[in-house]
Amino acid sequence: MLEIKDLHVSVGGREILKGLTLSVKAGEVAAIMGPNGTGKSTLSYVISGREGYDVTQGEVRLNGENILDLEPSERAAKGVFLAFQYPVEIPGVATMTFLKAALNAQRRARGEAELQTPDLMKRVKDAAASLDVSQDMLRRPLNAGFSGGEKKRMEILQMALLQPRLAILDETDSGLDIDALRVVADGVNALRAPDRAFVVITHYQRLLEYIRPDSVHVMAQGRIMRSGGPELALELEARGYQEYIAQEAA
Amino acid sequence: MIKLAEAESTLSSFYEEMRDQGAPRLRAAAWAAFSEFGLPSRRVESWHYTDLKIALSRPAPLAAASHAALSLPRAHDSLRLVTLDGVFRPDLSDIARLPDGVAIRSLRDALAQGEPHVLTALASADIGAQDPVLALNAALMQDGVVVEIASGTRIGRAIELATLSSAEAAQSTYTRALVMLGAGVQVNLVETLGALSAAFAQDNSALVLRLAKNARVDLVTHLSGGVEHSIRVASLLAHLDAGATINSFALIEGEGLHRRQIFARLDGEMASARFNGATLGRGRLHADTTLVVDHAKPNGASRECFRHILDDQSVGAFQGKVIVRPGAQKTDGAMQSKALLLSEQATMNNKPELEIFADDVQCGHGATCGRLDEDQLFYLSARGLPRREAEALLIEGFANEAMEALEDEQLRAYLSDRVSVWLSRRISR
Repeated sequence: MLEIKDLHVSVGGREILKGLTLSVKAGEVAAIMGPNGTGKSTLSYVISGREGYDVTQGEVRLNGENILDLEPSERAAKGVFLAFQYPVEIPGVATMTFLKAALNAQRRARGEAELQTPDLMKRVKDAAASLDVSQDMLRRPLNAGFSGGEKKRMEILQMALLQPRLAILDETDSGLDIDALRVVADGVNALRAPDRAFVVITHYQRLLEYIRPDSVHVMAQGRIMRSGGPELALELEARGYQEYIAQEAA
Repeated sequence: MIKLAEAESTLSSFYEEMRDQGAPRLRAAAWAAFSEFGLPSRRVESWHYTDLKIALSRPAPLAAASHAALSLPRAHDSLRLVTLDGVFRPDLSDIARLPDGVAIRSLRDALAQGEPHVLTALASADIGAQDPVLALNAALMQDGVVVEIASGTRIGRAIELATLSSAEAAQSTYTRALVMLGAGVQVNLVETLGALSAAFAQDNSALVLRLAKNARVDLVTHLSGGVEHSIRVASLLAHLDAGATINSFALIEGEGLHRRQIFARLDGEMASARFNGATLGRGRLHADTTLVVDHAKPNGASRECFRHILDDQSVGAFQGKVIVRPGAQKTDGAMQSKALLLSEQATMNNKPELEIFADDVQCGHGATCGRLDEDQLFYLSARGLPRREAEALLIEGFANEAMEALEDEQLRAYLSDRVSVWLSRRISR
């Protein structure tokens, strides 16, 4: 599903990713763990196509296709979804208006028929109910005045509606209390499917108790330093990231 | 200098033509006031961003009365009163459909008959007295409509005051509408200022609103049309008695120069005013909104929320002044003006002002000017919206913030549609 090879990325002339290689198969949930400031968010932005990130070397392939030359909206239409660490507030744009615009823009790009409002409303209502998203939230401007937990639930709601092939969750657990974490994790687990892959970026092992990963990758110094199974997360929880940071100093 | 003398001598000939058309004393006083100021240049503070002395250096001929039959398209389901090329047109208006309690006549007739309460309502010197262009309007007013709504009248539909020009050749118009609401009357008003032709026009219009105790007006103003170098000055004078409310929104689009000026006086306790607006600037549009909200009595509230969206080489200006008179305690005021610049060549001038002479008040203002937010654009793009569509959604949201207080669904849909049309032209080029 996702193949990243020897990826080097600079931001403002400073190299952040230094030869990152990662492979995630369809149906797989891959957790990326690592200390702060190691380029985890940079990785999520580069995959989704944010401007200002210069890829100096390497490639990112989605189902065999190099996506680095595509616009963010084109990548989204091909199934890339980023659940933001800090979802943006958009005053003046009703959440429902936004959901319709996003869903139909992707359908148009794929040559599918646009969804009509009643059909859309039904899908949104169904998804909203399981994620504890109130009707009031759907009427309000997107993310405007939402609490941290509400914003994260709204991200998962969007993911449920857009049905991506590759979902990247960037520190989705940050700022969530245990109840909100469970709601979010249930939402993610409900979307696990053989033709869908997840990249779950997190600093803590806690989230992985709720979203069980198939593989765990330690990221430090702009690279994947070590890969393993779920047991690697427990080891990190016990021993911390010190040894990976120490390598850098050496 | 020769040009300026030319402008003022042409205007003087207009005054000679109009001075005998009713209300001679009112016109004479207004002409004297105008003559003292002359056309305002940038040196006049309230006209700092719109130099009328240069723009109006060659006044176009005064519009001649036309009674040509015409079919006007309808944009919404309102009761329409039409003033066309400077003349009130009962034949084009929905007079027969007006409910009992609504009295209509032309301003020309009311002035010719010297109706005392009309003259009093028009001549009240408490608001806008310092403005030379409003004085010019009073000196030269050709026609317009007088609407009186008696207490207890219920009006199901909006009343539209349409002031339009249709001439094929250059012309000037000076029109004035007067709307007097009895105590407790509630009405939706739509003020449409536009052109049916692409001819060069100089239009100076005024709407005088007098709200008796507890009356309420929901007002939508739409300024559109215009060609390069055309000029439109539209003034709103609102006088609110105790407990009266005005809730207004204005959309400015089109080409040429548009200046909207508001003079409001909250002259009774618990009066409440909202003046919101949005400007859609493209090409060389010059759009100036200048307002003075004058709190004269205690416990009043005022809100202003303006959004300028400026593309190409368009220029926006917002000058907002809130005055709180001595004794107008517990006044609650908040003014906000935000501009979105969509091109390197677009310009915005923002000038909020507070003049507070009472000590127990709550008044604030904020003004910002910026570009589309890259974080928001990326967020929308990452959800599948191509760049131009993402921009359009953000611009729409930006304009919506000023429309949120509009209660009439139909009028809101009409305005949203105008914004969409403007945006679709941006996406397609």
